[in-house]
Amino acid sequence: MAIKSKLRELQEKREKILLGGGEQAIEKQKALGKRTARERIMALLDVDSFNEYDLFVEHDARDFDMDKKSLPSDGVIIGTGTIYGAPVAIFAQDFTVAGGSLGLMHSRKITKIMDHALKMRMPLIGINDSGGARIQEGVNSLAGYGEIFFRNTISSGVIPQISVILGPCAGGAVYSPALTDFVFVVDNISKMFITGPEVIKTVLGEEISMEDLGGARVHSEITGNAHFFSSSEEECFDQIKKLITFIPWNNSQKARPFEAGEPLNEFNINKIVPDDPTLPYDVKDVIRAIVDNSDFFEIMENYAKNIVIGFGRMGGKTTGFVANQPLEMAGVLDVDSSDKAARFIRYCDAFNIPLITFVDLPGYMPGVDQEHAGVIRHGAKVLYAYSEATVPKLTVIIRKAYGGGYIAMSSRHLRADFVFAWPAAEIAVMGPEGAANIIFRKEILSSDDPDETRKQKIEEYKQKFANPYVAASRGYVDAVIEPSETRKFLLHSLAISENKSIQLPQKKHGLPPF
Amino acid sequence: MKNTEKLGTLNIDSTLYKTRISSKFEKRVSYRAVNPKFILSFIPGTVLDILVKPGQKVKFGEDLMILDAMKMQNQLKSSIDGTVKKIPVKKGDKVSKGTVLIVLE
Repeated sequence: MAIKSKLRELQEKREKILLGGGEQAIEKQKALGKRTARERIMALLDVDSFNEYDLFVEHDARDFDMDKKSLPSDGVIIGTGTIYGAPVAIFAQDFTVAGGSLGLMHSRKITKIMDHALKMRMPLIGINDSGGARIQEGVNSLAGYGEIFFRNTISSGVIPQISVILGPCAGGAVYSPALTDFVFVVDNISKMFITGPEVIKTVLGEEISMEDLGGARVHSEITGNAHFFSSSEEECFDQIKKLITFIPWNNSQKARPFEAGEPLNEFNINKIVPDDPTLPYDVKDVIRAIVDNSDFFEIMENYAKNIVIGFGRMGGKTTGFVANQPLEMAGVLDVDSSDKAARFIRYCDAFNIPLITFVDLPGYMPGVDQEHAGVIRHGAKVLYAYSEATVPKLTVIIRKAYGGGYIAMSSRHLRADFVFAWPAAEIAVMGPEGAANIIFRKEILSSDDPDETRKQKIEEYKQKFANPYVAASRGYVDAVIEPSETRKFLLHSLAISENKSIQLPQKKHGLPPF
Repeated sequence: MKNTEKLGTLNIDSTLYKTRISSKFEKRVSYRAVNPKFILSFIPGTVLDILVKPGQKVKFGEDLMILDAMKMQNQLKSSIDGTVKKIPVKKGDKVSKGTVLIVLE
């Protein structure tokens, strides 16, 4: 009898806890277009792969009548499972239990699974849906956040960390996602901010809706806090699963290889780029004309669009792509695009992902707003990230590579392993117009026909310097290649860089300009 | 990229590039030099007290107004030796950032 009734006791206990905050709270959650925490985990992980831990954890708060309240699992679910066979540690805050508020035991569950992920060297996924600190638990709740942030930081660059914002994530809570590698948001569901609309109205008199302050669009278009935007939880989970296929489980491994595949015929590399360097094109088409199956997985698609970053595969192996986008703001480097690119370069370097850089930019963005926003400091991040990266670095100069922009974009001088240039490349200290105006200023001013002289001098400069051969004559460019040869050259360079080994000087850590 | 799309023009080092212009760039506020004759609210807040009257002579660094913001009473000081020309706000007014509070001459 004993074992039977004990089994029944376990089942009953489980069933009660699995209901979370109860049917009413679940209904409320669903009415907002949201799934429950457990449904989310099931939707994300491989079928039957989830093992849950700490189901029976309870809080032991005593103040404010908390001792009379039972909070199933203390409002958070933790466990391990797999995504396409890759191991992941996961936690999901349960908004139906006390608004997913974070108390001491809630945080201990999260830190337990974080410790586990780090120890086992596997990716961590955190699903955030919480009203914030559990005020009744006072400083214990703050301690909980601190313990989480510390682990996020220590795990950074060792295991991939993914944050999924599927509800409110406000106040101090936002700093856990901010410390992780990739943040996913869903339209109308995600809300992230340090201080909410109420406080802003009281203190500053500014009125703003929650959506306009810290909704999914704001973070994927304006702040750059989010890396992936989607319009439903389902789409969001598909994005996460796809991302997992591109990244390794930890920093001592490489991403799992896939079967290689040729790019699709519809992306004809000979027909994408206009000859005139002032005319735009979509650089993503160039990437698609190069990568396996033309499958390019873009990151931060809607933020600082003048630079494009993302993953693709070359010969079946994950590769990180960075490309100036002439279609947006002429592809200039500015504060936001520098920040976006630099962080991605460091991500790839941390996780053994080779980098391919496509260069076509007029330089850094001029303007008082840029200078005052610190374009010097932010722009320096790109130089730092490329210089420091020891993964294979391949560069393709498509057209313009002027001035500081040329140096910053994975140039030979920052130790790119292979630099290729297309025949239309212009590697020069600045564009012909600007350069001619400076070098031939006297001739132009003293001419009887200044406009005609200027035109002549610009043409002269173009002939002499706006080409890849000056740089190639110094060995800054390794090979001038036809566009159609690009994939072949890149595949070969990647293959022979497989065992690249570089030792940087011993140091505790560098001081990147952030 | 659609061929029919209307593109903007961006001037970088005297070269004009055909490209999409970001809304952030379009919405940027053009720089204006600081005019010391205008005392502006550097933060949104409430005018708690006005310490001077129009026509009054003031010295550089003299307190002109108390602006209550972020739970702090901020003293706004004169940026020049001069005379108070105009005070476009009154006690109790809620002001946003960048509002002209006092005009000096």
